[in-house]
Amino acid sequence: MAVEGTETLTETVKAEEASILAAWLSLLKASGSLQTGRIREAELDTQAHNVLGQLRDSLVTGAGEVGSDAYSSLCDTLGEISRSRAVQGFTPTDTANFVFSLKEPIYDALNRTCGNDPAAVTRATWAASHLLDELGLHTMEVFLASREEVIGRQGQEIAELSTPVVRLWDGILALPLIGTLDSARTGVMMENLLQAIVDEEAEIAIIDITGVPTVDTLVAQHLLKTIAAARLMGADCIISGIRPQIAQTMVHLGVELNVVSKATLADAFALALKRTGRTVVRKQQPSISSTAS
Amino acid sequence: MDRIPILKLGGVLIVTIQVDMHDRLALALEEDLTAKIAGTGARGVLIEISALEIVDSFIGRMLDNIAAISRVLDAETVVVGMRPAVAITLVELGLELRGIKTALNVERGMAMIRDRLAEDDDLESARARHED
Repeated sequence: MAVEGTETLTETVKAEEASILAAWLSLLKASGSLQTGRIREAELDTQAHNVLGQLRDSLVTGAGEVGSDAYSSLCDTLGEISRSRAVQGFTPTDTANFVFSLKEPIYDALNRTCGNDPAAVTRATWAASHLLDELGLHTMEVFLASREEVIGRQGQEIAELSTPVVRLWDGILALPLIGTLDSARTGVMMENLLQAIVDEEAEIAIIDITGVPTVDTLVAQHLLKTIAAARLMGADCIISGIRPQIAQTMVHLGVELNVVSKATLADAFALALKRTGRTVVRKQQPSISSTAS
Repeated sequence: MDRIPILKLGGVLIVTIQVDMHDRLALALEEDLTAKIAGTGARGVLIEISALEIVDSFIGRMLDNIAAISRVLDAETVVVGMRPAVAITLVELGLELRGIKTALNVERGMAMIRDRLAEDDDLESARARHED
């Protein structure tokens, strides 16, 4: 539904484009967008020029409907700008103000062109305000979506960084876990471990949970899944590094891990060596004990 | 392919699954294998599934069934060469296949079966000596 007064707005924007652009740019600069040094003046000029140009075109072809096709290129441009601002680290206020600061120059222009007809000015102002609010909201939505994307990507990177699989010996792998285990991390961890089992032809995998702050029923379930999957691949798992407090909590919660568990990674490694038919022997008596005896 | 071939090597039956399993193929394999174990008196069954990319709960249950049937017929089943993705899928489906033994590759699987057979033979000979 086209808002009443859109024609007046369209005419005004067409006629006063240059002065609106100048006023808008001076407002943008005054608001301090440039002071943070995240964006150059020329870039800001281009952005404002493009947006206003496309706004005029859209008004001419598509009246006041932001959802219509006429506005798709304008929305794309605004989306691009707000996405780049999200990445550059602008605050939400800065980004929203980019669009909202266009209001004042347009209202001024409306007053100049049809100041003698207060009713027309009111209608056109309402149309402009309606339009700019929609555009501003669109910009904010894209801004938030981009931020979410950045956060999601960082989370994924952390998940990948925090689940390394270490080869301790021929056929013996260690998986030192650090941080809380959630289902997404367990997925990454499981994939890494299983792939490493294939690559290294491992028989035994030691899962060290020294760095896991709490083990509740959910974490235990995730661990058991990983162990079950490793077993299906033909590798045995040993759990190590359960801290005393965690052991207590696990027992109190009734969590049972029906697998071999050892107090430390060293103990687990010794067991793994034994199972693969190896022993560790000292090459010769240390010199101190030989002199003492 | 209508049937999956079953090879006999000494006292061990070897099955390699090279095609995507569908339900009828799985049922046929279960039947053939049961008949073959009973017919040859095999003591070990080695199922190699490294080429198997897709599993569903039916195939998972079929593996479990084969293991259970072989156990009844006094044969040991080892599944070897499972892909990581398949292992994850089975675990997510809640099929942990506790009844079957697994190994990383054919070599290790054969070693497992040989160990088991050797143990049994030791028991047999010990019992025979005891009876003498």
